[in-house]
Order: sequence, then structure tokens, then C-alpha cells
Amino acid sequence: MTDRTVPDPAVQAVGLVKTFGAHRAVDGVDLTVRQGTVYGVLGPNGAGKTTTVRMLAGLLRPDGGEARIFGHDVVREADAVRRRVGLTGQYASLDQDLTGMENLVLLGRLSGHPKKGARDRAVQLLRTFGLAEAAGRQVKTYSGGMRRRLDIGASLLNAPDLLFLDEPTTGLDPRSRNQVWEMIRVIVAQGKTVLLTTQYLDEVDRLASRIAVIDKGRVIAEGTKGELKASVGAGAVHLRLRDTVRRTEAEQVLALTLGAEVQREPDPLALTARIDNGDGDGGAGAGDGGAAGRASRALAELARRGITVDSFSLGQPSLDEVFLALTDRRAGPASVGSGHGPGQGIEKERAT
Amino acid sequence: MSTATPGDTAGRHDELPPVPSGSLVELLTAERPSPPGPVSASLAFGWRSMLKIKHIPEQLADVTVLPVMLVLMFTYLFGGALAGSPREYIQYLLPGVLVMSVVMTTMYTGIAINNDIDKGVLDRFRMLPIWRPSTLVGHLLGDVLRYSIASSVMLAVGLLIGFRPEGGVPGVVAGVLLLLVFAFAFSWVGTMFGLLVRDERTVIGASMTVIFPLNFLSDIFVDPQTMPDWLQKLVHNNPITHVASAVRGLMEGRSPGADVAWTLGWSAVLIVVFGSVTMKLYQRK
Ligand SMILES: Nc1ncnc2c1ncn2[C@@H]1O[C@H](COP(=O)(O)OP(=O)(O)O)[C@@H](O)[C@H]1O
Ligand SMILES: [Mg+2]
Repeated sequence: MTDRTVPDPAVQAVGLVKTFGAHRAVDGVDLTVRQGTVYGVLGPNGAGKTTTVRMLAGLLRPDGGEARIFGHDVVREADAVRRRVGLTGQYASLDQDLTGMENLVLLGRLSGHPKKGARDRAVQLLRTFGLAEAAGRQVKTYSGGMRRRLDIGASLLNAPDLLFLDEPTTGLDPRSRNQVWEMIRVIVAQGKTVLLTTQYLDEVDRLASRIAVIDKGRVIAEGTKGELKASVGAGAVHLRLRDTVRRTEAEQVLALTLGAEVQREPDPLALTARIDNGDGDGGAGAGDGGAAGRASRALAELARRGITVDSFSLGQPSLDEVFLALTDRRAGPASVGSGHGPGQGIEKERAT
Repeated sequence: MSTATPGDTAGRHDELPPVPSGSLVELLTAERPSPPGPVSASLAFGWRSMLKIKHIPEQLADVTVLPVMLVLMFTYLFGGALAGSPREYIQYLLPGVLVMSVVMTTMYTGIAINNDIDKGVLDRFRMLPIWRPSTLVGHLLGDVLRYSIASSVMLAVGLLIGFRPEGGVPGVVAGVLLLLVFAFAFSWVGTMFGLLVRDERTVIGASMTVIFPLNFLSDIFVDPQTMPDWLQKLVHNNPITHVASAVRGLMEGRSPGADVAWTLGWSAVLIVVFGSVTMKLYQRK
């Protein structure tokens, strides 16, 4: 308030706590979201994402801590918060018995539009969201993708400055997911702020500028994508051999030049080696100019020995790997790198 | 009420066109209207209740079939024994059964609100910058329409089988209006259960536990003078007795001042007590 040049953060939460009985569903969550950005809250099922969002949106009273939205306290200034916020919950929250049109006209009127204005806006919204033909059908006949769209559309009726999207793409087919992502990009391009929760690592990777990883009601890591990845390791080398004959030799070369553990993939031609930051247990590869330098030395060595490599990529660690590393670290000294998903890092594919 | 969604095709691959960013931008940058007042918000919710009746007319069966059955059953079952003939008995019985049916119907308010919570609809309403009770008031407005329909149907059936109220049209209308006031107040009990318990079945169970004894330990079916002393005391202090007596009095063309006063008093108490408890629960949800 005192400093006019620094806008209030869209979201500022300090030590948020929510308990259900003896269970601490949210256990001291701090979050700060800058205006005009997409913020990703990443966590597995039951981590406390929905509970956190509901407290931030003023739907659930925190048992501890406090939260401010654009500087307004979510408990004491709930009305001021509501005027500027939209929420699309994890589960559809429209009246299934009414038609899409009726739902939007109702919500439009309740947002303060006069009868005619509410109707015009509903028509415009349905057209924009590709639901014009379904406008007169009861929402219970809609497909999952249609409902999600209508739900997101309904959250935009009051032109909110901050939009909460609780797992907006869970259960959608890839095409619909892409469309939701595109919408989020457009929304943020208008200077709006989006707080998004998800279980999908590639989703925050694609959309969010900052990420909080939460697990068991606590934030276990927070930062930009780059910071998070850097905190876990430099990345991984994936390569595919022309044939399996000299696979064991190739493994040895990689282990030696990269100073890293080599994994066999289910595909007998594929090998993956995780590279750490080169400080500590890096062994042979330490202090030689980073992951890229070591990777190119490994390639040169393979070529010198006449082992043909069909494809090679050096990826940043995927957020999948980040998440596993973070949760494993908390759980104790468990091995990192069990069952990571398809490479979601920034890959440079190259055929030799 | 309808938990099954027969048309549910969630998860199906749908071919929706991409959202054109131009018109999305238009929506996003539109001017934000100022929030609606309490009255227009409540009316909007009332409109929603009407739409629900339009889309699920089956729910009207609940408020018409059962009451008509009750009228016919009690009239012919007990009429001869209690009043000499069904025709004589219905003059006494009908106003009471009207009260009973409408009071039983108040249970549906609780069920409807419970459904809203269950389906997440209430969350969306609670995100709106509106006078909070308007959601509940809107429900109740829809219910008043439902009670009016139930009353009209029962009166029509009653007239067909010989109900001849001395009070004429003014008496009957006054009786129904008084009943609507009481039903509106009594609905807050069901609404409270709707917010309090987890599922629809429990709402029904809890509501019936209250409604059933209230209805039967009243003067709806027989004149309390035939009851033992202790029971008479109970019956005379039952709000339903006051309502039924008042409605009966009005329809018979008497002016049952005391009973009308009691009914209005009970209504005020119900609204103050259960209305405020319900609002507390609602805010806290
Ligand atoms: N209303 C509730 N009553 C009791 N427990 C709850 C309630 N809501 C959530 N929980 C519990 O709190 C934890 C966090 O839930 P939630 O916030 O929904 O997680 P997420 O959205 O990350 O999947 C879970 O263990 C869940 O079972
Ligand atoms: Mg959730």
C-alpha cells in the first residue's frame, strides 16, 4: 500500500493450515504469485492442492496462517476478493439439470449483468467456446471436454483478474488439453494472473513461470522451472545404438566419460545416463565444462571405438525426475531415477 | 434427486473447435458489472428453481401424488369411524392434511441444497459477490411455488369428494397463505439438515424424524379432546396443531385469532433460530 510502484502480489499466502479432524491436509503453505504470470502448483493426488486453492479463493476458512489476494485478506475482505477472482474447480460445478445457456445467463445475472446483458454475454461466451450448438441442451448431456469448457467460460463471466484453475486438464483427451493450454496463454497475455494446479509435470513445464511442488500439505520446493531442475541435476543423456552387439562396451564408455550411472531401457538399443552437476560424486567427469562438454566427449569416444549411435539427446531433467528426486530426498536415501516418464525436457535430437 | 446422469459421456473424445483468441480477449477485457443487490440475486435463484421444475417435472409428482393419496386414504379409511361418514370427516381433515403434506414437502429444500453441495454448484455460487443468503432464499421461493401447486391439487381433489369450506374463497386463500408463511419458515429446518449431513438419504431420514411425530402428535386427524391428558398437553403445544387449527378455522370461516398468532409466532421463531443456524453453517461451509 505504501509503495505505489510495486503492485501487490496477486496471491500472497503465509503459513496456510487446514486440518480435517486430526489430518493436516495443508500444513503451512507459503505462496507468492506475481501479477500477470502463470503459477503452477504441482503435486500428487491428496497433496492438498484443492484445499489450498479453496482457501485462497475464500471458500474455506484457514485454520492457520493468512492469505491476501491483490492485497485483500481472503477472510476479512472476502467480497473484495470475490469480485476480482474466478475459480474453475476440479470437478464441474454447473447445474447439470439446466442447459448451458441457462447456466450462463443465471451466473451472468448473479455477476450483476442486467437480464439482456447476461443473455448477450452468454451467447457470446457459448460462441467463443464452440458450444453454440449445445447451448439449449442440459449440461448433463455434455462430454467431459464440453463441461470443462463451459466451466472455464463461466469463471470468466466477471472478467476476473486472477483465475484459479484446479486441475483443468485432468481427464481430458490430448486435443482438449492443448486447447485449454492455449486458452491459458491467451488469458495471461491479457495481463491476467493464473494459478494452476496439476499432477502433470509437462503442464507446468509448458505454462508456468514459477512452480511450487507440494506433497503432504507442504511446499517441498519452489522456484522457477530452471531453478528446480538445476537443484536436482544437470540432466540426462539418452542414446540409441545401431545394434545391440556392443551395448556393454557402450555402457562402459558412458560410465567412464560421464561419471554417471547408466541405465538400460526396456528397448535393448536404448541407454540412459543421468548426469549430475559435476560437484561431488561426479568422479571422472568433474570439472570439465558441464554436462554438454562431457556428453560430447562421450560421443567422441564412442565414435573413436566405432560404435554407431543412431540418435542422441541431452535433456534437462524432466519435472518428473525433479519430483521423484524431491520426494525421494524427503523420504530418505532412496535411489533416484526409478521409472521416469518420457523425456519432457528440452531435447536436442540429432541423428548420427 | 437424480443422481444418475444417463447422458453422461464424460471422457469421450470430443471434437471441439479451438477457442478463437480474439473473442476470448473480448470476454476477458469486458467491463466488470457491479454486483447485484440482494433482491435481484434472490430472484435470479428463484428463476433457477422454476427452470428446475421445467426440466424435471417429475419432481412435482412428489408434491402432488402423495398428498392426494393421503387425502383419499384418510378420508375413506377413517371417515366412517371417526366422524360418521367420509363426507363429514373431510370437512375436518382436509385443512390438516394440507398442512401435513406441505410440511413434508419442506424436506425437498434440504435435499436440493444437499445436491448443490454434492455437485459443487454451491461453490460456484459462493464465489459470486452476492448477498450470501440469496442462494437459499431463491430455493425457498421455488419451494413456495411447489407448495402452492401441492395445495391447489389437494384442494381440487377435496372439492371433488365433497369438501365444502364455509369460509368460501377468501377463507381458503387466507388459509393457504398462512400455510405458505409457515412452510417458508419451517423449510429452514430442512435446509439446515441439507447443509449438515453428508448425503441425500440422511437428509430424508433426519427430516422425517422431525416431521413424522410433529404431524401425528397434532390435531390433524382427530380432535385432541378424545386423547388422554398428557397427550393433549403435548398436542396443544405442537406448532403443527396451531397451524392446522388456524388453517382449519380460516377455511371454516371462523376467525381463529389465537391460532393465527401462534402460527406467525412459531414462524418467526423458526426463522430466527433455524435461519440463523443455517446461515452460520452456510458461511462456514
Ligand atoms: N472435506 C474434507 N474432509 C476430510 N478430509 C478432506 C476433505 N477435503 C480434503 N480432505 C483430505 O485432505 C487431503 C488433501 O486433499 P486435496 O486438497 O483434495 O488434495 P489434492 O487436491 O491435492 O488431491 C487429502 O488427504 C484428502 O483426503
Ligand atoms: Mg484436488
